[in-house]
Amino acid sequence: MSMRIIKAGLLDTIQDDGRYGYQHLGVNPSGAMDRFSARLANALLGKELQGPVLELHFPAAQILFEEDTVICLTGADFHPVVNNKPIPLHHPVFIPANSLLAFTRHQEGARCYLAVWQQWELKPWLNSYSTNLKAQAGGLHGKCLERYDLIPFQKSSVTWKKAADTQVLPWKANEVVDTRKEIECLIGSEWYQLTPEARESFLEQWFQVTHESDRMGYRLAGKPLEVTRQPPMISAAVSFGTVQLLPNGQLIVLMADHQTTGGYPRLAHVSKAHLPILAQKNAGQVFRFRLVTLEEAEKKIIAQYQYLKQLQLASGARLQEWMAR
Amino acid sequence: MDFLKSLTFNTVNAYHPYTIFPLGDTALTIDFGDQVDEVINRKVLRFFQELKEANFPFIKDIVPAYSTVTVFYDAIGIIQHRPGKVAFEFMAELMEGLAQEPVEEITDTGTLHRVPVCYDDAFGPDSAFIQEQKGITKQELIALHTETTYRVYMIGFLPGFAYMGPVAEKLAVPRKEVPRQQVPAGSVGIAGRQTGIYPLDSPGGWQLIGRTPVPMFNKEDNDPVRLRPGDSIQFYSITADEYAHYQGGAS
Repeated sequence: MSMRIIKAGLLDTIQDDGRYGYQHLGVNPSGAMDRFSARLANALLGKELQGPVLELHFPAAQILFEEDTVICLTGADFHPVVNNKPIPLHHPVFIPANSLLAFTRHQEGARCYLAVWQQWELKPWLNSYSTNLKAQAGGLHGKCLERYDLIPFQKSSVTWKKAADTQVLPWKANEVVDTRKEIECLIGSEWYQLTPEARESFLEQWFQVTHESDRMGYRLAGKPLEVTRQPPMISAAVSFGTVQLLPNGQLIVLMADHQTTGGYPRLAHVSKAHLPILAQKNAGQVFRFRLVTLEEAEKKIIAQYQYLKQLQLASGARLQEWMAR
Repeated sequence: MDFLKSLTFNTVNAYHPYTIFPLGDTALTIDFGDQVDEVINRKVLRFFQELKEANFPFIKDIVPAYSTVTVFYDAIGIIQHRPGKVAFEFMAELMEGLAQEPVEEITDTGTLHRVPVCYDDAFGPDSAFIQEQKGITKQELIALHTETTYRVYMIGFLPGFAYMGPVAEKLAVPRKEVPRQQVPAGSVGIAGRQTGIYPLDSPGGWQLIGRTPVPMFNKEDNDPVRLRPGDSIQFYSITADEYAHYQGGAS
């Protein structure tokens, strides 16, 4: 039994927490853009936080579930419906076999995540399920999901009590798309190459996400930033969240599909805890950067992790209870 | 921004001049000299190997480049075992300890690869431009590109893309002003004093002089990438006919 793509979406891929351990070979980590929402979807089903989920962009795929299952959607709100009836985000939902999941309207955010209670029958590539479109590897055949694609479920030995119809299960996470316009970042090693005026401008002006923004990077539009001198930089590693200064004075924030190394000045790095907020922004939206210390940034990483871990444990117990009710 | 200063370690001594700085909140970079230099790059690779062999459970990824080693770490794992300490500080101290260990003479232990390249214009659309810029003939271009044994300094940009050098001054040309939308896999290019092989079809800005039939990346292999930092590469010229009938790998 499996889930079947009835209609392809714009860009729907299988992603997990990223492919680490191979960047020295130039293999970029990929992974979910909004790691918080991806982990949250797994947490609400009591699953391993770092496990694979489906990352959906609008217009998103229509998916037929051939087997009874429990699903959870998080992140962007695309007005999901099961058999034409709306279902909520951030709630586990039981859906009976042969149900159709569709998304009807783009409300808020940029990426929606789908976790399914069953384990998918997929072969990891270099220890990760993340789709690497450039290498055409990982995920399902290394590609975006297409019409007629099947994602098989592993056989489960668990016997559980199904419901007769779609049912929203009685626990949830109190989350909405985080629309904050202040994105926290840490200073980068080439920060002091900016003129004092440009440093001020970096922190005060509003940057707009341009249409040239995708899983590789967000190109921003703003008042160009000047550098005092431009020593030729030799290539070195960059990270998800690195804010680079392009030769034309504009910024690019490297996102999940970024290449492993780069040679542009690294002015700043978006904090891990705030990357999910940025990853839910669409072209045309504006935001500002705010500098924080490593200590503040680490505190938020820990707080997010503890929240998700507790939710995962509680949800796992409640799901078991519900299945055995 | 005093907090950056306080978190940057500058240690300069005769043997190990290096700088350590954070790369965001879950990685740090150790810079051994901020230049393209064989001796510095050997230190980088040595440090990379030692760190890899140490197999610390809280290290997720180690990325050597020309003069730097970047370490991606699991901040949660570190903070949980070292409460009260910023994970970066713990990592920076650990790296400093390792970087200060005395090092004997470092030599490359990489593999030598002989890589066939067809330098026909059909495969090297920028070859004529370089010949004109540099006032050399096609034969001279091929001789210049094949006579040097190049060193792989780093892998980056794409899975398996090796940055090699140094290219003869007489071949050194800057990147194209406008990158190509699609460079075919196997294309051999030049950018400044560097030469490289595109392992995959990709957009790219290097000046293309030929193409190799040897795959540099194969996702089906357990070890999908052919070249490693520290390896040596010797190119040799083949005809279009030999290219078309080429079988097997690099020797």
